[in-house]
Amino acid sequence: MNIITLVKQTPDTAKLSRTLNGLQLSADGQPRIVNPWDEYAIETALQLKEKHGGKKVTALSLGKPEAADALRTSLAMGADEAVLISDPALATVDTLGTARALAAAITRLGGADLIVAGRSAIDGNDAAVPAQLAALLGRPLLSYVAALKAVDAGAKTITVVRALEGGRETVSATLPAILTVVKEIAEPRYPSFMGIRKAAKAPITTLALKDLGLEASALAAGLSWQVGLPQTREVNCEFIAGTPAEQAEALVSKLIEQKVI
Amino acid sequence: MTTPFTPEHDMLRAVVRDFVRTEIDPHTEAWEKAGRFPAHSLLRKMGRLGLLGLSYPEAYGGGGGDYWFNTVLLEELGRAESLGVSLGLCVHTDMATPALARHGSPDLRERFLVPAIKGELVSAIAVSEPDAGSDVAALRTRAEIDGDDFVINGSKMWITNGTQADFLTLLARTSGEHGARGMSLIIVPTSTPGFSVSRKLDKLGHRSSDTAILAFDNVRVPRANCIGVEGGGFKIQMEQFQRERLAMTLMAITSMERALDLTRGYLRERRAFGGPLLRNQHLYFELAGLYAEVEALRQLAYQCVRSYVAGIDMTREASMAKLIAGRLTRRVADTCVQFHGGMGYVEEYPIARYFRDIRLYAIGGGADEVMLEVIAKHQGMGPKSK
Ligand SMILES: Cc1cc2nc3c(=O)[nH]c(=O)nc-3n(C[C@H](O)[C@H](O)[C@H](O)COP(=O)(O)OP(=O)(O)OC[C@H]3O[C@@H](n4cnc5c(N)ncnc54)[C@H](O)[C@@H]3O)c2cc1C
Repeated sequence: MNIITLVKQTPDTAKLSRTLNGLQLSADGQPRIVNPWDEYAIETALQLKEKHGGKKVTALSLGKPEAADALRTSLAMGADEAVLISDPALATVDTLGTARALAAAITRLGGADLIVAGRSAIDGNDAAVPAQLAALLGRPLLSYVAALKAVDAGAKTITVVRALEGGRETVSATLPAILTVVKEIAEPRYPSFMGIRKAAKAPITTLALKDLGLEASALAAGLSWQVGLPQTREVNCEFIAGTPAEQAEALVSKLIEQKVI
Repeated sequence: MTTPFTPEHDMLRAVVRDFVRTEIDPHTEAWEKAGRFPAHSLLRKMGRLGLLGLSYPEAYGGGGGDYWFNTVLLEELGRAESLGVSLGLCVHTDMATPALARHGSPDLRERFLVPAIKGELVSAIAVSEPDAGSDVAALRTRAEIDGDDFVINGSKMWITNGTQADFLTLLARTSGEHGARGMSLIIVPTSTPGFSVSRKLDKLGHRSSDTAILAFDNVRVPRANCIGVEGGGFKIQMEQFQRERLAMTLMAITSMERALDLTRGYLRERRAFGGPLLRNQHLYFELAGLYAEVEALRQLAYQCVRSYVAGIDMTREASMAKLIAGRLTRRVADTCVQFHGGMGYVEEYPIARYFRDIRLYAIGGGADEVMLEVIAKHQGMGPKSK
């Protein structure tokens, strides 16, 4: 089985305290980490490979050149190969643009039986890229996977348990499929020192947009957004005095008067 | 500021920091109460991650890295909540095994170093005795030569990991000569008949580390268990001590930083006289000065690491660093307790434990006065100067 695991480098949100403009947290100069959810994805991929004698696990990331560090961590944990999509033109790309670039890279890599990602990235928290990627590749999406029930590489089927707000759902799909995983799936391993040594020397393939045959214009964000403070509202507080019985009486008539009840 | 660490070292740091935070720190209270940490299971976990042989040769299962990797490990162990666990681990990686790795025969390394690196065997360094601590040359434990064997009799005291160790790196007398001559460094499996743990010591600090008195009653081990040449033990142990002293200094440095950080944090929150106590210039000046001294010590320690990596003798500098660490830790711990007020005196706050734990650093691994004697010799003073 060929597995691709999607890895995003994010700021360590626990360490963000400064803000840019009183609104947005600043990640400048702060340590960057592997998106914690993606560590579960890497672990899932590695365990699948170990169990099913898979061919290889490739860690794929889109980001600035520094994102190579996140890929090195993936390699140190045990991924076989690492590929970074990096291009200045991608700096302002949105989730759909990201998914388009990832889809092109996955196709270029010859596809995969499984693509595993974390449930979301802790910076944007959109949880949109895997779904968009599934749509672009025309493959099934199994999101919020908490357990793998059966994976049959020969028959090209997979059955998983999804952790949903209201309960659990067992679903099957045909491979290739895209998975997003939650914490319960497996405890991520620590990179070993041998892994770190190997990762430090391992080559990381870097792909620019032209390598993917993509134009920056095709990835441009469709929507832009701005952050602002909510409008302040004038609130008048009125305190009702009296005995509890009088207070209740007055409160109820006020609520009726205001057509609340 | 430039750094001696590469991205590879940084990655290791992230792993060790995470390991300390999730596999060690949460157990602090339980292990302190129990009087020991589970050396076998913890070393197993570390062994699997390759953390026990960072700079040992790959041929013996080590990582083949430079000593900056050990520096990272020790710095992160120094930040642990319980220095007892850190000491037990550091004894295994930097006090009981370096001589074996460097001077042990291939067979001895295969049998003891390989499993020690894997975390399958726990090691201890057995040098000190009830009547020979600072004065190592006065030790009396004998390893009588009997054909192809040593027959060991005597006792060792203050042995870290003493109740849990699978093998000891033991310094004993193998000839009738007196003083530093006629000593050998011998690997002694604790499963050998005649070996026993007399008792575990009840200590002021380092309570999660088991420190024991050991007894040897006709303990028979092959002469092939000797590290290096017979009679060359004192010299090899003196060399091993340099690494021990450097290791303690590196742990001391980050432990002090952690204590100062905790104190700064406490003073920022604690309000008195109309504001946070940290606004008081006496308090922040005192902390700033201590941060400066810790940084100076770090730079001296890094110079020792550089020499060690280059294979240059660093006895003088390592002794100076260990002396300064012994003295500075006492001032830092005392200041941190003082600035915590009553909260520095209760066990609910980490500073009280730090105060008890760190007191060891001016005694263990060679007391401050022993360091002064070594430094004096290098500066051409005292009875040992030429
Ligand atoms: C918690 C703990 C763990 C330890 N772990 C180990 C271990 O794993 N293996 C091991 O072999 N040992 C270990 N030790 C022993 C440690 O190395 C000795 O305690 C230390 O070397 C001091 O020896 P001593 O206790 O016999 O003190 P002594 O030699 O009796 O000295 C007492 C004091 O006299 C002063 N003094 C000594 N010599 C001189 C001098 N030349 N000039 C001036 N003043 C002097 C110093 O202030 C010294 O502290 C451990 C000790 C402790 C407390």
